[in-house]
Amino acid sequence: MRLVILEDYDQASEWAAKYICNRIIQFKPSQGRYFTLGLPTGNTPLGCYRKLIEYHRNGDLSFKYVKTFNMDEYVGLPRNHPESYHSYMWNNFFKHIDIDPNNAHILDGNAPDLQAECDAFEKKIEAAGGIDLFVGGIGPDGHIAFNEPGSSLSSRTRLKTLAMDTILANAKYFDGDLSKVPTMALTVGVGTVMDAREVMILITGAHKAFALYKAIEEGVNHMWTVSAFQQHPRTIFVCDEDATLELRVKTVKYFKG
Amino acid sequence: MPSNKSVSDAPIVQFTNCRILRSHQLQRGEDLWVREGKILNPEKLFFDEKGSADIQLDCKDSIIAPGFIDVQINGGFGVDFSLATDDFKSGIDLVSQKILSHGVTSFCPTLVTSPPSVYHQVLPQISIRNGGAHGAGILGAHLEGPFISKEKKGAHPEHCLRTFEAGAFQDLLATYGSLDCVQIVTLAPEMKRSSEVIRELTKRGICVSLGHSVANLSQAEEAVQHGATFITHLFNAMLPFHHRDPGIVGLLTSDKIPAGRRVFYGMISDGIHTNPAALRIAHRAHPKGLVLVTDAIAGMGLAPGRHTLGQQVVEIDGLNTYIAGTKTLSGSVATMDTCVRHFQEATGCSVETALETASLHPAQLLGIEHKKGTLNYDSDADFLMLNDSLYVQATYIAGEEVWRQDALGM
Repeated sequence: MRLVILEDYDQASEWAAKYICNRIIQFKPSQGRYFTLGLPTGNTPLGCYRKLIEYHRNGDLSFKYVKTFNMDEYVGLPRNHPESYHSYMWNNFFKHIDIDPNNAHILDGNAPDLQAECDAFEKKIEAAGGIDLFVGGIGPDGHIAFNEPGSSLSSRTRLKTLAMDTILANAKYFDGDLSKVPTMALTVGVGTVMDAREVMILITGAHKAFALYKAIEEGVNHMWTVSAFQQHPRTIFVCDEDATLELRVKTVKYFKG
Repeated sequence: MPSNKSVSDAPIVQFTNCRILRSHQLQRGEDLWVREGKILNPEKLFFDEKGSADIQLDCKDSIIAPGFIDVQINGGFGVDFSLATDDFKSGIDLVSQKILSHGVTSFCPTLVTSPPSVYHQVLPQISIRNGGAHGAGILGAHLEGPFISKEKKGAHPEHCLRTFEAGAFQDLLATYGSLDCVQIVTLAPEMKRSSEVIRELTKRGICVSLGHSVANLSQAEEAVQHGATFITHLFNAMLPFHHRDPGIVGLLTSDKIPAGRRVFYGMISDGIHTNPAALRIAHRAHPKGLVLVTDAIAGMGLAPGRHTLGQQVVEIDGLNTYIAGTKTLSGSVATMDTCVRHFQEATGCSVETALETASLHPAQLLGIEHKKGTLNYDSDADFLMLNDSLYVQATYIAGEEVWRQDALGM
């Protein structure tokens, strides 16, 4: 893996955004040859999205020939609910860029047959030629997407019950009322993300430090599902100083080079 | 890019780089989307229809606000709505076209106290209609009088005043001839049998306004209980506020307003009709009820001099408009955008508040806020582009540009 350590959140966001931007530009996407991007939600990637929007506004980056696949979506939340991941992606990203709405794929948590929806999502990724770059985050419990502790490391897109840690972490978006937080979600599997040609995980903040330690300094373990990426040929972990707080000094020094 | 809209093929326009008045705030970073004359929800368009804009217009950081609604305007540009002329229709067309430049996208042509013959001739010529390039939309007539108080007639001709003591609502109907296109009626609630009349008008969806009256507060409150919801030009042509009987003015803070209802009040903020301190007192007492009106007369938009206001002759000198030879105020020559600017200056309120008194509040008064007076999704796309000083740069009705300030500022 690569471990890229930036000083703070803003610099980490900018580094990640530049990396994505350069990847797209180098790929030279065009009609019939799209760049496929996997995308996360949550607090961590907001800075990265802001930077990508800035590059687009400056005329440096177009999403015209980019296809996106989001990692997850809550089950049972109306699509126009302010906390749905559809709302998140519209407000924080899609409405500011020139992506074709036909190319922005997000799982539908209100589909009549949820497993069929998940299977169809896997097929769409396949039809798009697989994911060129999957961007993700890490939960405080070390999960990638909603692959909670105990998820199979070869899992595919499916319905998952959310862990208590996740529900507690999400409560702040639902007025602190635990009863309002969705308990289930559709999520890409660990295996789905592992299929991507390249993976970039964004990890910022001291509260994620322990999860980062478990993910890269301990073994591959289904209790810390991000650890699966130790076995991916091209993974980059982008973090800020605070996120490295639980790592060994030796690890940090090595990657700071 | 190819668009694949499942609901409609009509072109979608996206107004970008603007500040939109929505949810009582000027929102930056939000664009205004319009399709088929209505405000479109772009998120729904993106996810449900996989659609995108056909045309993008850069608004150069303009303020975008809902079009103004004038519920009391007696005429303008030489046209007097209370005169039954042969070319009445072209007169109303002229005014509706000219007020687009003042930011007015909907209005209620107002008739002052007139003889029944005038109502019988004029009212059938007023039709409720949508606005467009031809002019602002007509929401219905505002009949101010003749069922008003002699003591507070103001500029209204005394010989045309009437009561409905004998036949109540039937008298009113006989006087006006028809109520088909009437939106508002101003009357004095202390008149005998007014309660019946107010109930009957309210039942027909007509807004009842209290004005030109010597009613005390309890008479006014009773009128509100029977259905009255508006006060015609607060302070003018009514008893002054008194601390032991606030009169109609007391409705602003009355505790006898039925639950779920709001009393609105019109104010002419032209700097003449109301002292700014009085404007501020009213606004602070009941900010959500304030509705800006122009009460403009035929002389508005013309040079100073003599003009008519129904049966009366009016003299205009600058911003002052008096019954000829007297000091009795009679209407104004203010334009709606001037009123909005003056209101904002006099009260020091936010731009959002000032704009809402001329758009959201009149729409709420008339019960049409689901389609007018806001920039909410699915509302009629009647809106204005304004600069920071609240000068109208362009007027749009149903998503079409119907007026634009030209480069020379004329």
